Formats: sequence, C-alpha cells, structure tokens
Amino acid sequence: MDNAALKERILGLVPDAEFLENKQFLTFVIPPAKMHDLALKLKFETDLAFDYLFCLSGVDMVNYLEVVYHLESTTQKHQLVLKVRTADRENGSVDTVCDIWRTAELHEREVYDLLGVKFNNHPDLRRFFLEEGWIGHPLRKDYVDEVNIVEF
Amino acid sequence: MKEIINLPVKNVEEEEYHINMGPQHPSTHGVLRLVVSLQGEIVKNLKPHCGYIHRGIEKMCEKDTYPQIIHLTDRMDYLSAHINNHAVCLLVENALEVEVPERVKYIRTIVDELNRIASHQLWWCSFGMDLGGLTCYFYGLRDREKILDIFEESFGSRLLHSYYIPGGLMMDIHPNFQQRVKDFIKYFRKKIKDYDKILSGNIIMHERTRGVGVLSKEDAISYGVTGPSGRASGFSCDVRKHHPYGVYEKADFKEILGTAGDTLTRYNMRMLEMRESMKIIEQLIDNIPAGDHAAKMKAVIKLPAGEYYQRVEAARGELGVYVVSDGNKSPYRMKFRSPNFSNLSALDHMSRGCKIADLVAIGGSLDYVIPDIDR
Amino acid sequence: MNFSIYDFTSFTQWIDKFLYDNLPAFWAVTVEMVIIGLLVLLFYALVGLFLVYAERKVCAFMQNRIGPNRVGPYGFFQTIADLFKLLMKELVYIKNADKLLFNIAPFIVIIASFMAIAAIPFAKGLHAIDFDIGVLYVIAVSSLGVIGILLAGWSSNNKYSLIGAMRSGAQIVSYELSVGLSLVTIIILAGTMQFSAIVEGQANGWFIFKGHIPAFIAFIIFLIASTAETNRGPFDLAEAESELTAGFHTEYSGIKFAFFFLAEYMNMFIVASIAATVFLGGWMPFHVGGWEGFNHIMDFIPPFVWYIGKTFFVIWVMMWFKWTFPRLRIDQLLTLEWKYLLPINLVNILIMAFIVLMGWHF
Repeated sequence: MDNAALKERILGLVPDAEFLENKQFLTFVIPPAKMHDLALKLKFETDLAFDYLFCLSGVDMVNYLEVVYHLESTTQKHQLVLKVRTADRENGSVDTVCDIWRTAELHEREVYDLLGVKFNNHPDLRRFFLEEGWIGHPLRKDYVDEVNIVEF
Repeated sequence: MKEIINLPVKNVEEEEYHINMGPQHPSTHGVLRLVVSLQGEIVKNLKPHCGYIHRGIEKMCEKDTYPQIIHLTDRMDYLSAHINNHAVCLLVENALEVEVPERVKYIRTIVDELNRIASHQLWWCSFGMDLGGLTCYFYGLRDREKILDIFEESFGSRLLHSYYIPGGLMMDIHPNFQQRVKDFIKYFRKKIKDYDKILSGNIIMHERTRGVGVLSKEDAISYGVTGPSGRASGFSCDVRKHHPYGVYEKADFKEILGTAGDTLTRYNMRMLEMRESMKIIEQLIDNIPAGDHAAKMKAVIKLPAGEYYQRVEAARGELGVYVVSDGNKSPYRMKFRSPNFSNLSALDHMSRGCKIADLVAIGGSLDYVIPDIDR
Repeated sequence: MNFSIYDFTSFTQWIDKFLYDNLPAFWAVTVEMVIIGLLVLLFYALVGLFLVYAERKVCAFMQNRIGPNRVGPYGFFQTIADLFKLLMKELVYIKNADKLLFNIAPFIVIIASFMAIAAIPFAKGLHAIDFDIGVLYVIAVSSLGVIGILLAGWSSNNKYSLIGAMRSGAQIVSYELSVGLSLVTIIILAGTMQFSAIVEGQANGWFIFKGHIPAFIAFIIFLIASTAETNRGPFDLAEAESELTAGFHTEYSGIKFAFFFLAEYMNMFIVASIAATVFLGGWMPFHVGGWEGFNHIMDFIPPFVWYIGKTFFVIWVMMWFKWTFPRLRIDQLLTLEWKYLLPINLVNILIMAFIVLMGWHF
C-alpha cells in the first residue's frame, strides 16, 4: 500500500492519530492507551502485515518522553513509524509490544534503562546495560553525573 | 580465564542448576555474561547480562559533531568498521542532499565488501576454534592479514580506519590498491577451497551443527534477526537488495537464502556470502571512475531539523541509524539499531532444549560482537 | 633371520651372570630391580619431554607456523624450561578436599602407565617382563588409570570437577571394550598373547598385512578407540570443555598438574607402541615372506630403530588428526562406541576366526 492508502487505513482504525511531517516514512503519534490494540491490528491484518519491527527507540523531548517504533512489512513492502508519547517523567508507562514482536523484549529494557519509560506487562523489566542499583536514566537531557560525565 | 561460579542453586522440586558463562570466556566473543539454567545437560533458558562494555556512545553522540561521530561508529562493531561509517555518512549526505562523486561510491562499495570478507574470515576461524578444530584459527587469520595489509597501505591503520567522511573519503586510495585487491581475490579463491576441505565437509562438524539451534522464519522476523543468520531461516532481509545504496545496483550478485535455519545453514550462508562478495569486488574493481575523492561540504555540518533513518547491510545484519535533529551541529538524539542486539535476543529461544556443548556452537554461528550490543 | 649383531639377550645375560656371581641372590635380584626401575623412569621422563616438544612442533607445522625455536637449537629444550616453570609454581591446597586421595591421584595415573611400559618389547631381549599373557596384562593395567582420574575429580571437592571426571571415566571405560576386542582379533591370528611370540610371529610379514581385511579394520578401530581412551584428539571434550566444567584436573597446580599432563602423553606413547607391536610388527623389520634378499637388506636397520620409527609414525598420525578435526560432543562420543564400534568389532572377530580356521591368511 502506498502512504496515502496507509494513512486512510490508520485513520480508520485510530481516528485521533496525529500525522507528522517526515520525508522518509509515514509517521504518526497515537495516545498510549490505544497503542497495543493498534499494534495487534498492524501485525495481524492481512493487508497491513507489519511483521518486522526494525527499530524501537526512546527520545527525551524535554516536555515529554517519546517511544518510536519503526515497522516494516516483509510481504507488502511498506513501512511506517509509530510514536507514543508520555508526559509523565516519573512514572510514564506504555504498553509493551513484546508479545507481538519478540524483538521488543530487549529493546524495551534498553529504553527503560536509559530513559526511564516503564512498559506494562513486560515479562522481565530490568535494567539492561547498567547495574541493578543505578539511580537515574543517563540518556535523559537532565541527567547529571559528576563522576562519569566530563563536560567540556 | 576460568568462570566465576555464581549461584549453584539446586531447586529440589525442579532440579535446575544455574551456570554462569562469565564475562571472561574463550567462547563468548567479547564480554558477555550468560546465566544458563540447566536441567541435567539440557538448557532450560538463558539470560544474557550485557553492559560490560557500555561506553555511552549514544550519549556522546549528542555532544559530538557529525565528523567526530564517525570515529565513534568504528568502535561499535569493529569487524565491519567501514560499514558503520558508511551508515552515518549516507545519513548525513542524504539529509543534506549532497551528491557524492561516483568514484567515492565505487570505492566505498569495494571497501565495504572487503571488510565483509575480512569479518567473515574472522568468524570462520573462531567458529572452528569453538568447535575444537584449532588449526582453523591460523588459516583464517593468515588470509585476513592480506586484507589488513591492503587497508594499512591505503588508509593508514589495520582495524579502525574512520576512512569515510560525510561527503566522501578522507584521502584517495593508494595507486597499488586496485592491483593488490585483484591479487587478493585470485589468492583467496584458491584458499577458500581449503576452508571447505578442513571444516565444511567434515562429518564431525556436521554432526555438531546439523539440526542444532533451529530458528524458523516467523521467529527470525519476529526477533528481528537479520544478516546471514536471518537469511539462513529464509528471511529475505539483505539491505543491499531491498534498499540499495552505493553502487550495489550495478553489481550482479545473489541474495543467498537458506531454509533449515540451523547452525549448519548459518555456516553455509557465510561461506557462500564470502564468494558473493568476491564476485561483487571483481565486477567493480576495474571500473572505478576517475574523479574527486570527496564532495565539497561546509566546514560545519548542520542537519535540518527533522528525523532521518539510514539502513546498511553490516557483516552481521541490518545496521540502522536513527537521528532526531534540531538543526544544530550535533544530533539531538542518535540511535543505532545494532544487528547483534536483535540477534542476541534470539539466542534464548534458539538454545532451548539443546545441550551445553551446543550452546557454544549456536553462539559461534550467530557471530555476535559484544561492543555492538553494548555500544 | 639373523639378528646376532643386534641381539640384546647375550648382553642382559652377561649382566645377570655378573650380578649373581658377585652378590648373594637376594641382593642380585634387588640390584636388577633397581636398575630396571631407574631405566624405565629415565625412559619415561625423556620420552615424555620429547613428546611434548614434538607435539608443539607438529601442531605448529599443521598450523602454518614455526613452533618453539628459541630455547636451545630448534627450541629443543623448551619442555625443560616449561618443567622448571611448573616446578616453581605454588601448590594450592584445597580446604575441604580429601588430602590423601587428592595427593595420590596423579601418582596412580603415572603408576598405571609405568606398569604398562614394562611389558612392551623394544628389541629382541630388551624386554622388562615377558608374561605369556602379555596383552591381557597391558589391557588390565592401563585400566587402572581410570581410578586416578575419578579420584582426582572426587577429591577436589568441586561439583564441576566431579562432573568432568565422571564424563572422562565413562568415556575411558566404554572405549576399553573396543581396545580389548580389537586386540583379541589379532590374538586369534597370532595364536598367543605373549608379546615376544607375537613379534616373532611377524617375521615373514606384519599382522596387518597377513590378516588383510579384518586386521586392517581392527587397526582402524584400535586407533580410534585408543585415542578416545587417552582423552586425546577429537575426543577431548572432558578436558577442553573449559567452557563450563574445567575437567578433572582443574584444582591441580604445579608439579601435580605436570604429572597428569605427562601421563597423557605417555599413555599416547604406550598406545602407539602397542599398535606398533601388535599390528605393525614391533621391532621386526619389514619382511615379505619368500623374498630373502630383500629381507636381508631390511635386517641391517637395527630393530630398535624400527620399533621407534613405527611408534612415532603412529603418534604422528594421532597428532595429525587431533589438530585437524573439531571435537565430538559427549553423547556423540558414547553413541560412536556403543552403536558403531562395538558391533563392528564383534563381527570382525567372527570374520577373523573364520579366516584363521579356513587358513585364508598369508
């Protein structure tokens, strides 16, 4: 499907999806509550068939934390980018998708470790790179660490 | 060198042992800690503990300029260093819509493929060593030295070159480069037959790898396992074919796909890929057009605000670079989608039901490089 | 055949007579035993040192490199330097280990291989003990080595050493069957178990040629089974599985580890010399029955040289396939023995018995 048809389809599934400007991929933001249902439909509907999650990242936009999902379909050959935002920096959480795309299990642990976004229903949400007792989430913009980070 | 034995917890009802394949270990290629839970000889599940070589590359990228970031990317998957550089250079060039000279594209493609061969050679020799055929290690390294000598003559160093810059190459290739590469291809075509004689056809190797660590196609897609490991399960994911870059469209090569998805198929994928890489180099090496070795770029590179994503085919899978830019000379957020990260996540699934000795064979066939996982 | 220039029997009889003439009978026997003991110890140590050096050189040759070449001419004294290093190492004492068994275990392994060397004929008359059940004695005595390995694993007080020792023990005990049965094949052909008679019986042709097909199959099986018995080559999973269980000798350091290490090489030597004696003729030169002129020329090469040459040829073959093949997994190892080698062996014995009965051998 081309981008216009995809846009129609997504709006049909989640009417309050907000589309963003992007030259490369069709990008849209949806509310966290609708995420898991949409993800299920994206994977299992035969005309969408987004079976390959090729990148799961977290971004710290100072007002909110954002989780970005890059999806591709190996059969239909279309791609899209799905974003979910949470303004709560202390306990912000998003539903996990590791029951849909198994690769998300470790990627979500990385986002939790470095940015502090919690994932509901994740089977094993622990820090991935840093040790268990580490305080703070290093990739956040307001992370301060006098010992390990040298500011020039 | 001996592992630190962690918690030998014996649960009376389930009879499970936990064994630690510690961070310092001859068979995990890099510093990776695997806590393996065993029932007798059979692996029940496996938990990787990473982060021993986490250097905070993504955080550093937020303060470095784009030409400085190239030097950091070398150190992620150091065995396909050029390909990592290529990803960031392509991202910057596409975002700024800069047209690089044809000469640059040809040289980048040839050097990428040489790097892929060198990486697979190192994989082969350590795979043989893991299985116990210690002679393989020396044969592979002897031939890899030829490639590293070519790199040293043209680029100045053997392993981490930082040769590509946004816009082109740091300097032009040495006049001997083309002839040496042609000589190497001739030499290696003969030697790769030796590799087959010593390991590929060996019945012991077949018995240890056939049917071990099977990954089905749906699982490969779901776990995001790309590269030769994913292609061995039938997942067609070669970025050089699906989203071509450089001059791959001008070269005639096959994307090798397997069906069985076991360790032996992953092994065969890489052996065939080495031959395909040689084919690509042979087609391109004589046709390098004359021209500049770099396009004119501004002194300070600033990407327009927005998001960019670039994919390349590293030796182990699909490397993705995701940049969120706010118009400054450093990216606001730079994320590397590393192929080894996804490949490792499938290790647990693949090794359920195998014996301990098979774990080493599976890990060797997945060919993970830990600095790429930990960044 | 006339070996008078190389016959040691007269020399040994001369020493015997000299001792009995000059000393009371008890002391003569004691002095003889001491001499033999010292000679065997010396032989053991020297051959062990040489074999370690040879392994490193052969391995380097296979791997396209040079090997030791600094210490002494062509690196000849490298092993002596390694021995000094091992002697200087601190002996680590394990807290809760069973001290007696821990200390005895390396010695048991060495004693077992000493006893086996005593029965092998090096040349005509150069033979420490000449039992008429020689082959049975050697098989029995080399089985004692398993006790040393199991004791080492048990007394280390380490769960993983124990697992490694059990695996090693299982492997050795299984492959002893194949070793014994392949030797039985040749005993049927030779008609005797006495080593000197076996060697003399090969005066007109080595048993591997005389017994043609079944003897050849027995030789191959013997090579495979004996490599597995000495924990070498593609069957060294128990000690090379240092991924998880570091093997039965993990808690040993310094000279005790050197004993295990040395014993492994000497076991390889013993196994190769049994192969050379039983299949390839021992100290008997290469004769073809009926070609007297050719045989006479072959006789000029001393039997001791023949014996060493054959033994080292077999050792070289064993080293060759250790450095070429990957390792077998433990269950594949045991499957190989019980499902493949054992049935083939039994059938082979039947064929050989039939051939001997019908007289269809050379």
